[in-house]
Amino acid sequence: MDYNFRFGALWRFRDQILEGVLLTLQLSVVTMACGLAISLVVALASTSNLTVPRLAARVYVETIRNTPLLVQLFIVFFGLPTLGIRLNANTAALIALSINMGAYGAEILRAGFESVRHSQIEAGRALGLSAGQTFQHVVLFQAIKAIYPALASQFVLIMLTTSVVSSIGATELFNTAAFIDSRTYLSFETYALITAAYLILTLGFRALFAAIYWVVFVRRSRR
Amino acid sequence: MIREFGFNDLSYLLTGASWTFGLALVAMVGGGLLGLVVAVLRVVPFKPLNWIAIGYINLIQGTPLLGQLFLFFFGLPLIGLSVDSWTAASLSMSIYASAFFGEIWRGSLQSISQRQWEAGAALGLSYPQRLFNVVLPQAIRISVAPTVGFLVQLVKNTSLTSLIGFIELTRAAQIVSGATFQPLPVYLTAAAMYFVICFSLSQLSQMLERRLHAAR
Repeated sequence: MDYNFRFGALWRFRDQILEGVLLTLQLSVVTMACGLAISLVVALASTSNLTVPRLAARVYVETIRNTPLLVQLFIVFFGLPTLGIRLNANTAALIALSINMGAYGAEILRAGFESVRHSQIEAGRALGLSAGQTFQHVVLFQAIKAIYPALASQFVLIMLTTSVVSSIGATELFNTAAFIDSRTYLSFETYALITAAYLILTLGFRALFAAIYWVVFVRRSRR
Repeated sequence: MIREFGFNDLSYLLTGASWTFGLALVAMVGGGLLGLVVAVLRVVPFKPLNWIAIGYINLIQGTPLLGQLFLFFFGLPLIGLSVDSWTAASLSMSIYASAFFGEIWRGSLQSISQRQWEAGAALGLSYPQRLFNVVLPQAIRISVAPTVGFLVQLVKNTSLTSLIGFIELTRAAQIVSGATFQPLPVYLTAAAMYFVICFSLSQLSQMLERRLHAAR
């Protein structure tokens, strides 16, 4: 092997990389927020007694979960303009990611709703709490505790998945890699560095979420 | 000359779909073999090997698949291997799959209670007998549904190999879309093809889960 690795040559792009990291975090957080809003509506629809909303929610979840994000992204970015809906790359990326996240989040929330046993609600009411109080003090905390681990790993998954939107030129960390690659031709070094950056983010967030879980749920229930 | 999205394009997409299927199959077999090694390293009673397996799993599950693909595509030529996109794609998809299979199978193995091992020992069974006749049949039963469920992820994720130029279903759709200037019907058709493959696998996974759990 006679190749000299030149990671040092990437040092001058440190500001761009940091900016890419921030953009990826921003995109992940906004995707999570928009996706959760969609999830909530879909989860409520899928647990309702009405046939049409329940069926619509089922179709949405199955369609999204059984097709690749990349194709969903291409449909939004390249397909919608033929219907007269023009979106810039960042908007298209956010829309496709949120719709995608909405389907996975809906399943997480639905499982959360169903995890709180009905006897808990009855117990709350029997103690003389109002319906609102029962929800606030009994149901909400348990439901959040049940879905928290799944949502935390979903966030990490979204962060890794946002790299896909670089394919339509949306600005985030992987797009930064393509930019550096085009300036330096140091493809391997660039992608190794950027991939390592994602790994650090993943491990950091996992540790953070585990710490939050411990402080909020474990310590509190020990008191 | 811009042509309509017609029968020839459809058959081109179907060819692409068969490459998607083929790549998923290769990743399933390659990732399955490697995943078996990962699962074993993860459970053997020797800590350093456990740590290696944990590190490997974290490395693969903590980085974007796209990054792994690019590293193989650009990295292998540096160590003197000339690789085409097929080799890079099948290699990195196999490695990606192995980390997930390894975790699924480790979970299945460890979900079998220690008492099953002890009961086997109490009946005078040898270690291989306990492993192959008591523990593995139960563990395999538990692992089947999540394994098939992961295949859905695997098929969907093969779409990323289009970005290193491997012509599977998504890349074929890009090519047809470029030739016909009808992105919406082309990508919707591609999505429908993915749906047929993935939805069948999802249903199979659910069916297996119901059947195998009912039997217990």
